[in-house]
Amino acid sequence: MPKLLSGAEIVFKALEDQNVEYIFGYPGGAVLPIYDELKNHKSIKHILARHEQGAGHSAEGYARSSGKPGVLLVTSGPGATNAVTALTDAYMDSIPLVCISGQVPTHLIGTDAFQECDTTGITRPCTKHNWLVKDVNDLSRILHLAFEVATTGRPGPVLVDIPKDIQFKKGKYKFFKHTLKKKLNGKVTHKISNSELDKFIDLIKKSSKPIFYTGGGVINSGPEASKYLRELVSLTGFPITSTLQGLGAYPGDDPQFLGMLGMHGTYEANNAMHDCDLMINIGARFDDRITGKVDEFSPGSKKIHVDIDPSSIGKNIKVDLAIVSDVTTLLKSLIKRFKEKNKNFVNSNKQKTSKWWEQIGKWREKKSLNFINSDKIIKPQHAVQRLYELTKNQDTFITTEVGQHQMWAAQHYKFNKPNRWMTSGGLGTMGYGLPAAIGVQIANPGKLVVDIAGEASVLMTMQEMSTAVQYRLPIKIFILNNEYMGMVRQWQELLHEKNYSESYTAALPDFVKLAESYGCVGIRAKTPNELDEKIKEMINVDRPVIFDCVVDKAENCFPMIPSGKPHNQMILGPEEEEEISDEGKVLV
Amino acid sequence: MTKSKSAYSVPGKLGKTERHIIVVWVDNEAGVLARIAGLFSGRGYNIESLAVAEVDKKKHISRITIVTEGTPQVIEQINLQLKKLVPVHKVADFKRGEKDILFRELALFKILGNSKRQEKVKKICKQFNPVVLDKTNKSVVIQVTALRAEIDKLALDLKSLGLISTSRTGAVAMTKGQKTFN
Repeated sequence: MPKLLSGAEIVFKALEDQNVEYIFGYPGGAVLPIYDELKNHKSIKHILARHEQGAGHSAEGYARSSGKPGVLLVTSGPGATNAVTALTDAYMDSIPLVCISGQVPTHLIGTDAFQECDTTGITRPCTKHNWLVKDVNDLSRILHLAFEVATTGRPGPVLVDIPKDIQFKKGKYKFFKHTLKKKLNGKVTHKISNSELDKFIDLIKKSSKPIFYTGGGVINSGPEASKYLRELVSLTGFPITSTLQGLGAYPGDDPQFLGMLGMHGTYEANNAMHDCDLMINIGARFDDRITGKVDEFSPGSKKIHVDIDPSSIGKNIKVDLAIVSDVTTLLKSLIKRFKEKNKNFVNSNKQKTSKWWEQIGKWREKKSLNFINSDKIIKPQHAVQRLYELTKNQDTFITTEVGQHQMWAAQHYKFNKPNRWMTSGGLGTMGYGLPAAIGVQIANPGKLVVDIAGEASVLMTMQEMSTAVQYRLPIKIFILNNEYMGMVRQWQELLHEKNYSESYTAALPDFVKLAESYGCVGIRAKTPNELDEKIKEMINVDRPVIFDCVVDKAENCFPMIPSGKPHNQMILGPEEEEEISDEGKVLV
Repeated sequence: MTKSKSAYSVPGKLGKTERHIIVVWVDNEAGVLARIAGLFSGRGYNIESLAVAEVDKKKHISRITIVTEGTPQVIEQINLQLKKLVPVHKVADFKRGEKDILFRELALFKILGNSKRQEKVKKICKQFNPVVLDKTNKSVVIQVTALRAEIDKLALDLKSLGLISTSRTGAVAMTKGQKTFN
C-alpha cells in the first residue's frame, strides 16, 4: 500500500513534480496547513507579497519573463477575491498561472462561514478552468491537470480551491501526465496540411502590398517562434508590425519593422495595415484597439490568421485563410516548405514590392513618434528614449503600468528579444508593473528590471516595494510623474472639453521620501540636463529604486487613431487636435 | 449622431439572426451547468431553452440541448467557445428547420372543468400525443409532446377552456435514421 500523504503534503509533492521553484502568496486561516508544510520543501521558495493582487501580478511577471507557469497561493474569502484582478489580467493576456486557494472546511461551505466566498463561482469567468476539491484522493490528479490546462493550448490562469479539512486529510498521491485528451483544450492536434501551407505561400507570392501583423502568440509560443519569425520576415522581405503584446518577437530597430500598430501605433504601421493587399496575422487577435471600427478595417486585403485558439479566428474579423496552430509549429513547417520552392525569393520579389516600400518610406517621413523636446522640462518621451539609450547595451526587462507612460514605453523603447516586455494589455490593469517587476527579477536574477510607471498607477500596488526590499530585488520603478492620470486627462482634453474631472492627484506622496521609508533608494530628476546622470545612478545602484521623473504635465500621447476612424486617418500631434469632429469624439 | 462619448468604436451592421439547436456532451460534474450558462450570459448570448440530463450513468456524461438565436458569427463563436470548456466532450449544432433532425418539447397542462370540457380539451390535444396523468371530476392534468410553436398555440387555445397551470421543458433533439450526432 502506498504511503498516505496529507492534502498539504500532496500540494507540495505536486509542485515539486511540476518543477515549481517559486510560489507567490499570502497566508491566512484557510491555507495554514499548506503554509505549515512549506518548511519541509526546500526546493520551493515562497515570496511573500503585501496584497494578493500583488502576488498575482508577480506570478504573471515571473511567467512572462521565464516561460514557466506562475504559481499563486492565497487564502479563502478576501485572499481569493483580491487575486481576481490578477487572474483576469492573466486570462486576457494568456499568461499561465496556477492559483491555489484555501477554502473553509467542507462541512461549512454554503453556511456563510468566516472568510468564506464562492471562489470557484467568482473565478469561473476569469480562469480557463477551476476546481473545488472535495476528496483528498482527487487532489493530485486535479493539481497536475491544473498545470496542464494552464500551460497548453492558449495559456491562461486556473484555480484550485482546497477546503481546509482536505489539506489535513490523508490520501494517495500519484503523478498524472497528459490527462487532457480532448482536441481543443490541450495542445492542438490539428496537423498542418501541405495544401494549407501552399495556399499560404501562394498568397505570399501573389501579394504586392503585404504586411506581417504579429502578436503575443509569438511570445507565448516560446523563443523558437521569434527565431522562425525573424527568418520568415527576412526570407520574404516583407514589412512587419507588432501589437503591444508582441513587442520583442522581432527586433524593434530592424529596418523591416514598422513599429507598433493600433490606437497609438505608428503612422506607417497603421497606414500599411489599412492599404495592404495581404495581411498575415500571426498570434494576434484583432483586438478593438487594433481594428478600430471593424467595418472599415483594412478593406482591400486578403487576410491570413494563425492562432492556437480556434475561437479567436473569425471572432472580430473574417479571414481568407485560417490556421489553428501553435506559432512555432506553423512557422517551422511553412519556412521549410517555402524554402523548397522559392530560392532567392527576396531578390526576385523585390520589384513587386518596391512601390509598397516606397509608399511606406513616405509614411515614415512623417516621423509620427516625433515630439517637441524641451531643454527646461523633461518630456516623458525623452525620458523613455534616454532610458532606452542608457540601458540598451545590457539585457533589460521592462514592465509597465497602464496609461500614457505605457504607450510611450511601447513607442520609444525598442525591444530586441522576446520575454523582455511585460505589460497589461487586455485588461489594462493599473498597478500591474511594480509587482510584475518583482516576479521578473525573481526569474532573472542579476538582470536589470525597470518598471516604467505613472505616479497614479504605481500607487495602486506601491505596498509591494516592501516585498522588493525584503527579498533584495533591485527593481527600478521609473515613474513618469505628471501628477495626472495622464491618459484620462488626455481623453478629457480631447473629448470632454478639458473638463478634468477627478484626474488630477492632489496630495501625492514625496516619492523620494517614500522610497527611503521603504528602505530603498529614492532619486528625483527635474530637468533634462540632470536626467542622464540620474538614470545612470539608478542603474548602478544594486538596490530597489523609486525614480521620480518629473515630466511635462500637459504632454499628450500621439499619434493616435480616434477609433471608429479607419487606420489611415490618424492624428499626428497637438497641431491637428482641432480636427477631431464631433463624430470622431464618439469613437476614440 | 448623438453626442455620446465613448472609448470604444460604434457597432457595425448586425447580420441576420438564425435559431440554432446546440447539443453539448459534458462531464456531469459540479458546476458544469453554471459554466455553460455563465459562458452564454457572460458573452451576451441568448438561451431560449435548455434541457439537461445525464445520459450515460457509467461515464457520467450529461447531454445538454440549448436553443439559441444569433447571427452566424455569434453561433460560430458559441460553438467554438463551448468546445474550449474543459468538461465539454463534443458539440453538435443544427439550424432550426433542418430536415434530418427531430425536436420535441414536453408540456403539462392543468385544466379545471367538468367532464364535458375535459373531452373538448382532449380533442384539441389529440394530435400531440396526449396522456392524461391525473383526472378528477373538476380537473385534469394532461401531458403533450410537440414542437415549441405548437405548444405555444395549444396553451393559447386551452386558456378559454380553463387552463390554470402550465409546466414545460426545453427542447430535446435527435437525428433521424441510423445516423447519430457527431
